[in-house]
Amino acid sequence: MTLLTELTVAGIRDGHRAGDFTAVEVAEAFSASVAGARALNAFILETPDHALAAARQADADRAAGTLKPLSAVPIGIKDLFATKGVQTTAASHILEGFVPPYESSVSQKLWDAGAGMLGKLNMDQFAMGSSNETSYFGNVLSPWRSADGSNAALAPGGSSGGSASAVAARLCPAATGTDTGGSIRQPAAFVGISGIKPTYGRCSRWGIVAFASSLDQAGSMARDVRDCAVMLGVMAGHDAKDATSLNLPVPDWEGALNADMRGKKVGIPREYRLDGIDADIAAMWDKGAKMLTDAGAEIVDISLPHTKYALPAYYIIAPAEASSNLARYDGVRYGLRDLSDGAGLQDMPAGEGLQAMYAATRAAGFGAEVKRRIMIGTYVLSAGFYDAYYTQAQKIRTLIARDFADAFSRCDVILTPTAPSAAFALGERSADPLAMYLNDVFAVPASLAGLPAMSVPAALSADGLPLGLQIIGKAFDEQGVLNAGLALEQRAGFNARAEKWW
Amino acid sequence: MSVDNATVSKIAKLARIAMDEGEVAALVPELNNILAWVDQLAEVDVTGVEPMTAVIPNKMVLRADVVDADPLTGGNRRDDILSNAPAPQHGFFGVPKVIE
Repeated sequence: MTLLTELTVAGIRDGHRAGDFTAVEVAEAFSASVAGARALNAFILETPDHALAAARQADADRAAGTLKPLSAVPIGIKDLFATKGVQTTAASHILEGFVPPYESSVSQKLWDAGAGMLGKLNMDQFAMGSSNETSYFGNVLSPWRSADGSNAALAPGGSSGGSASAVAARLCPAATGTDTGGSIRQPAAFVGISGIKPTYGRCSRWGIVAFASSLDQAGSMARDVRDCAVMLGVMAGHDAKDATSLNLPVPDWEGALNADMRGKKVGIPREYRLDGIDADIAAMWDKGAKMLTDAGAEIVDISLPHTKYALPAYYIIAPAEASSNLARYDGVRYGLRDLSDGAGLQDMPAGEGLQAMYAATRAAGFGAEVKRRIMIGTYVLSAGFYDAYYTQAQKIRTLIARDFADAFSRCDVILTPTAPSAAFALGERSADPLAMYLNDVFAVPASLAGLPAMSVPAALSADGLPLGLQIIGKAFDEQGVLNAGLALEQRAGFNARAEKWW
Repeated sequence: MSVDNATVSKIAKLARIAMDEGEVAALVPELNNILAWVDQLAEVDVTGVEPMTAVIPNKMVLRADVVDADPLTGGNRRDDILSNAPAPQHGFFGVPKVIE
């Protein structure tokens, strides 16, 4: 029999239903993998008891004939989702030890569907990063090693780096992620798994630690397109507690999966063919277009003229929203409190001690990248600069959304590379914030326009590292994205995996 | 546009993040690099373009004006609310002195 940890979400669900194994066996197998892979540092907290309790319930439900959509499936939860009674840190020092007395809407839906939790996954601090090097709890390592012989530890991408590493290393069959400007898609591409960010508003943001509220969106990460559809189908849905949540029925994405692309048009945006584009990436992109042609689609050349302005606009809008959202961390109601040096706060003039406590708490509690973004956000929102930066960026966001609307009058989905390169070594780019930001050059435009987009593993680089293709769809058309993803998956036949060294 | 040490100190103060002179000095070139890069946005003609307010058009809804309509986000949860407070005192958040 296949190792249980080799099974996909659908494979576990169906095998358990058929009585091939028990849910307890599945939970124990994955928990053992998690415990045996601490070298990857993918988890901030392991919760084998939670997974086991859900598994026992799943086995009982099977006996009683009351199985649920994710019965017997243990998953990983990015540590940005508040989990009741279980530490939730956003990989930050300022929230270290924070134990929410409530459950995020998305994770609640997963538990209601019968899933169990293997643990809280490491990530970039407050989801700010593209390499998982900004976590207070240390870097996550990719399970992959380059074939160039260097043996350097590679970045799993970010910010959902723990989710990516854990799924790729078979520590969990699927994980939740969140995507603000590529944080599901880029790590999925770096480790050779699939990941989908749905239309903005599909998944409730209630109980997800906020980074940039107009961009943040939860999504699923798994080994194949079907599993992404299964997970997303459970995670999505209207929630009265999130005013931006879409009040639309959730389609049966898994049931409607169809890789037949006949009659579909696939747009190839010419502006994404950057000067000096990596040769492996360009070749994979061309190959992807051929795969979709083979699936019956017609390829059309499209233009997204404001593409080059998406990333700089994002680096105004996202930090602006972050500086506002992160103002809540002040050492008063939860999280870290740092009383500044000198003590004797009660002896200071009234009010000064409080101000000093805020500043000291935030200095001690936030990492360098988080501080950098709060500073940029505070600056662009400050008096005299608001119109020049923030209003201008929001106008450009309108133009970017308009570019997509125009393009979608000529095509059904858009095909691009997910990231401009394969995974890089940890430490290789962390000294230069701008170089790091450029990782998300292909991912950010769809985020700014609120569109569904997914990454599917498509090929290996010359150094034997995974490369991903991105499908961007029309608003609300997750089905079109998943279907094109499935057509790519079937033709790419990507079955490479990291050799176990951890 | 670019920033100097004094501006960065002022932003840090606005952002309520304590920073010493060394940290401020280190941030100046980093922020200037980023600002120089985002300055390219100024070249885009945005005449007649409205700033984005909602990425997916969505109608704002109001809930019924009922006390504790949703028990999870309603009132009477003092102990839950204080459960993560760093210095709860007598059922309140403890903070350094605010008024004389």
